[in-house]
Amino acid sequence: MDVLNAVVALANFVLIPATAYGAQLALGALGVTLIYGILRFSNFAHGDTMAFGTMATILVTWGLQSYGISLGPLPTALLALPAGIAITALLLLGTDRAVYRFYREQKAKPVILVIVSMGVMFILNGLVRFIIGPDDHRFADGARFLIDARTFREMTGLAEGLAIRTSQAITIVTAVVVVALLFWFLNRTRTGKSMRAFSDNEDLALLSGINPERVVAITWIIVAALATTAGVLYGLDKSFKAFTYFQLLLPIFAAAIVGGLGNPLGAIAGGFLIAYSEVTITYAWKKVLTYLLPDGMAPEGLVQLLSTEYKFAVSFVILVIVLLFRPTGIFRGKSV
Amino acid sequence: MGEPFLIGDRMTGGYGGADILHGCTVAVEKGEIAVIVGPNGAGKSTAMKAVFGMLNVHSGAVRLNGEDITALTPQARVAKGMAFVPQTSNIFTSMSVEENLEMGAFLRRDDISGTIEEVYHLFPILKEKRRQAAGELSGGQRQQVAVGRALMTKPSVLMLDEPTAGVSPIVMDELFDRIIEVARTGISILMVEQNARQALEIADKGYVLVQGRNAYTDTGKALLADPEVRRTFLGG
Repeated sequence: MDVLNAVVALANFVLIPATAYGAQLALGALGVTLIYGILRFSNFAHGDTMAFGTMATILVTWGLQSYGISLGPLPTALLALPAGIAITALLLLGTDRAVYRFYREQKAKPVILVIVSMGVMFILNGLVRFIIGPDDHRFADGARFLIDARTFREMTGLAEGLAIRTSQAITIVTAVVVVALLFWFLNRTRTGKSMRAFSDNEDLALLSGINPERVVAITWIIVAALATTAGVLYGLDKSFKAFTYFQLLLPIFAAAIVGGLGNPLGAIAGGFLIAYSEVTITYAWKKVLTYLLPDGMAPEGLVQLLSTEYKFAVSFVILVIVLLFRPTGIFRGKSV
Repeated sequence: MGEPFLIGDRMTGGYGGADILHGCTVAVEKGEIAVIVGPNGAGKSTAMKAVFGMLNVHSGAVRLNGEDITALTPQARVAKGMAFVPQTSNIFTSMSVEENLEMGAFLRRDDISGTIEEVYHLFPILKEKRRQAAGELSGGQRQQVAVGRALMTKPSVLMLDEPTAGVSPIVMDELFDRIIEVARTGISILMVEQNARQALEIADKGYVLVQGRNAYTDTGKALLADPEVRRTFLGG
């Protein structure tokens, strides 16, 4: 039995990647949950908003790189991120002006807005492929590892290596900063409180003199920041491909619904829950079990519950279970 | 005698379909309490909403301090010094008591801490519970939050739609006491009440509505003394 090596292997292959992935999902789910809480519909275009934001950031990154600007060990994309957010915010505000506002004035039912957002989704889908193409893009530069497996092995003398990629560290740090900023904004500032008030009781917010158009505009700007950050972090961690981002819609929605739609804390919890489930269920446990079990009892197979191709099934199953047994989610958000 | 401070003058209108109000008039003088009573479906709440601009009034007018405000939106009326406490969903349940008060003062840009203290002075229990989510409070406390929120704009008129709906008789008495206290500070109060007898007791002016029309209008005392009103609306 070798517990230490088992823990290191577990951290290396499950805990660290799942935490980074969970942080990315949480940021995505926060955007979905904010739109649901304030604009009162499920935004199917969110995955493609993330793709658009990431694309904008990549284009700016390429621009910066062509001028020889870089952040040293950190990826240049971090420098380009604010510009990417600004471009995405303009896109979302434009979409709201051109599309959603019309339906808001009609007081359209949420289900109609969902269909409208699917239309927006298809257009963004095409727009992103038209501009940057359907291919895979890697745009991470700078140092690749914070700690690589070999250094870790030499440092500790363990057989298992532990690698922490720069992108994973950046993801976790950025997610913590963004979430802290968001909660500070929502709980401490006048504008943030007015957004919560509007989400809580729209009629009373109107009676209190809160301007709905302003609340909606600020929501879109925050959503642009969240979606672009989530998308860029995911892209740095893995790679950018428009179709992958479209597929992220499922785990992100699962995270938001599991946590309780409209509840920001729930979105974060949901993001990690989905990420950990997805990674642990698709991980081949053979290595960790070999360390943990007595000699001779090591499993012969891979001990992988589901192959990684089926990872979306995990979100889907969790989503169905939550909708069946607790439709308001863990943190008692609004029911779907 | 001049015109009342706030008057909904011969209002006719409804929510879009058939008219609910037919030339209905309600008014309140400065610093007085006016109460609208009547049987179910008489259009009491509708009259209130008409005064606040929440439905179409296609004939008649609403005037505040002599100014015609018939065409203003409810939000604009808030800015003019009117405050409205709806019957239901009248607080932000997920927000703390203090945040509810802050949202009530959203239109104000000056320092609101003095007004918050005044509200806490009027409703001491709210100060105790100020960090608690308003949705976790009891029915009577919620109503206090709702009235407190409305008072945050320092209104000249406070409109209450059945403030004692669903609270116990003891809490009701206490709420009525507080409402009298608010009126003493010079704020006019226009309210709809289900508990007609108690409400008329504290009312300077009472309006009995029947089917969207004024049936009886008099001082609270006179209405309570009127045998016809007693027999028809107050149960003897």
